[in-house]
Amino acid sequence: MFFTYLRRELRRRKKAAIVISMGLALGIALVITVNSVSAGMSQAQGKVLQSLYGLGTDMTVSKAAAAASSTSGQPRFNFGARDDSKNQSSDRVMVQGFETLKSSVVTQVADQTGVKKAVGGLSLSVIKVSGTFDRGTFKQNQSAGGKPGGGGSGAPQGQVQGGGADFSINSFSVYGTDVANLDLGPLTSSKITSGKGFTSADTNAKVVVLDKSYAKTKKLTVGDSVTISGTKFKVIGIATADSGDSAANAYIPLQRAQTLADSKDKVTTVYVQAADSKKISAVKTAIQKNISGTTVTTSADLADTVSGSLSTASNLATSVGKWLSIAVLIAAFLVAALLTSSAVNRRVREFGTLKALGWKSGRVTRQVMGEAFVNGLLGGALGIALGLAAAYTVTAISPTLTASLGSTAGAGAGPGAGGGGRFGGAGGPGQQAASKALKIALEAPVSVNTIVLAVALAVAGGLIAGTFGGWRASRLRPADALRRVE
Amino acid sequence: MYKLSGVTKQYSRGKETVHALRGIDLVIEDGDQVVIQGPTGGGKSTLLQMLGALDRPTAGSIEFDGVDIAKLSETKLTRLRAEKIGIIFQSFNLIPTLTAQENVETALAPMGTKPAERRRLAAEALESVGLGERLHHLPGELSGGQQQRVAISRALVKKPKVLLADEPTGALDEGTRDEILALLDGLWKEYGLTFIMVTHDSHIAKSAPRLATIKAGQVTITDQARQTAPVSY
Ligand SMILES: Nc1ncnc2c1ncn2[C@@H]1O[C@H](COP(=O)(O)OP(=O)(O)OP(=O)(O)O)[C@@H](O)[C@H]1O
Ligand SMILES: [Mg+2]
Repeated sequence: MFFTYLRRELRRRKKAAIVISMGLALGIALVITVNSVSAGMSQAQGKVLQSLYGLGTDMTVSKAAAAASSTSGQPRFNFGARDDSKNQSSDRVMVQGFETLKSSVVTQVADQTGVKKAVGGLSLSVIKVSGTFDRGTFKQNQSAGGKPGGGGSGAPQGQVQGGGADFSINSFSVYGTDVANLDLGPLTSSKITSGKGFTSADTNAKVVVLDKSYAKTKKLTVGDSVTISGTKFKVIGIATADSGDSAANAYIPLQRAQTLADSKDKVTTVYVQAADSKKISAVKTAIQKNISGTTVTTSADLADTVSGSLSTASNLATSVGKWLSIAVLIAAFLVAALLTSSAVNRRVREFGTLKALGWKSGRVTRQVMGEAFVNGLLGGALGIALGLAAAYTVTAISPTLTASLGSTAGAGAGPGAGGGGRFGGAGGPGQQAASKALKIALEAPVSVNTIVLAVALAVAGGLIAGTFGGWRASRLRPADALRRVE
Repeated sequence: MYKLSGVTKQYSRGKETVHALRGIDLVIEDGDQVVIQGPTGGGKSTLLQMLGALDRPTAGSIEFDGVDIAKLSETKLTRLRAEKIGIIFQSFNLIPTLTAQENVETALAPMGTKPAERRRLAAEALESVGLGERLHHLPGELSGGQQQRVAISRALVKKPKVLLADEPTGALDEGTRDEILALLDGLWKEYGLTFIMVTHDSHIAKSAPRLATIKAGQVTITDQARQTAPVSY
């Protein structure tokens, strides 16, 4: 009887069922859309962060912010003016952010509880100035020379012509990779698309892996060589960044980088992988407490510095979207509950009659709950369909979002790398950090969790509505069979 | 079958109290046919609710087969209704979304009858009121008289001891009314039921074997079959 009655009610009172389930469906669809768009946002943010960090990095350790007074790092270039118009070139290799940690910190970090792995790296920025610096040529004044002995000082009169400089400034970033630990660090977010990558044998080799876009602009390929501060590096591979933006223009073995920058046994950043991704903040606290003078930046910290339309949209999705979907969901639940109990009110005589026929209150209540539950499931199915459609539409359109990382959060530079700003015009380290503006296509992936949530919400909606209606129905008396309603 | 003594029913809404029944004393024997008549608001339906175990009296006792309904628990009242009392209404009170057969089956649901048996009994009951061809019709597809026949089948399918009817012909035209009355009269005799019917149709009242007149919550019984003068209990 239960199923017959249920089936008949739902089929013959379709309109009421559709109204209730549509309400729930809207709420659930919104939850799915907001959820999947938010997931897409964090995926996009993840891509942004990954381009800096590489895969699997949970946090970075860098030197704690020092008073921004050190000017010692200011680069100087000395060029002598020459007669022969020879091309001159000078490189300045600087440690990005001018703050380094001792290599021993890497092992210290690795020894902290909760740390699975720690790898050090040295970020450098190289400014190459090259060009000609000519001495001016002296030209004698013709008219003066035409009056010999005409008095005067006898000194030759004339002017200096053509003296000057014609040079270009070229800056690029170099990252010193620990070739013994290649599975952590910025290079992991790039794939070797040409040539080969580093091996542990390259500890002190004069080899370089170039970022694809840098290699392209410089027209360099595998087998060519690059000279940095007088050292000739052989290009062994070209790396393509997964997210289209790389952490550095060139990668060389860590030891080589340390030699170049005159920073023996120094690193700028320690890349840390936590043993348990849920305990990242505890690990952060431990490192900061146990190793003085360090700043720990987690992905979450870094994510906070992401700005641009991605972060705006992401904030919108998490704040407005979340509250909107909660509000709509509550409204949908209320509407479903009200409609269900008003449906019971319209059926007072029907339920009264059943009670007069000897139906137990529980049986009548169960019937009402059953109807509401099926309405909830219908709403859930409809809502999932709507939500999937919305999510796929977003993915199909894939609106482009831009993301820029705050300049305080350049690769490993950590907060306090502000000194880099002084080189803004010349493409110094500050520029490197600020240039992390990415274009990312937004997708809206629907996870199994989201679907499970939707089903749970549908069931909850049905049960809430059913409880309201069922409670109303349970309070009806058999004598209501004689009520003059309808 | 029934022995009512001092049955009082009050409805209170806020400060107002309506005295629907004021001390009813009444005995109804097994197999009796009683017609309850009276002016509107007199308490006819209220009395029928007491007899049908749909509600409890405010005071007094209603003995049904020696058991005081007024003192039974809700569960026992429900069981009593399910097993022993058949009831029909002025506006038929069929479930609009269920077919004729399914409507009749609703009376068997609380008895735990097996589905196949339920369907068979329901079909039989409908055939006995001449609706064998209309098993799968919805109430909306049936005439008033046919709907009341479905309701009668629903009331009788469980073979109750008592059949209660509250103005069963109130919504029907004269021709249909007579058909239904004849049907009920036939079933009363056939099943040996105790049949209690509320009406304000004086035609029906005149031909009833026993007539109970309720006015302002008080009852007067007239035994018309024996043509005696009104006796007050
Ligand atoms: N649920 C209730 N709440 C309050 N008052 C009620 C209720 N049911 C009945 N009454 C009142 O009790 C009195 C008797 O009502 P009842 O329905 O028994 O009369 P009736 O004789 O059946 O009238 P009718 O011929 O109009 O059907 C009336 O005054 C009515 O207003
Ligand atoms: Mg009445």
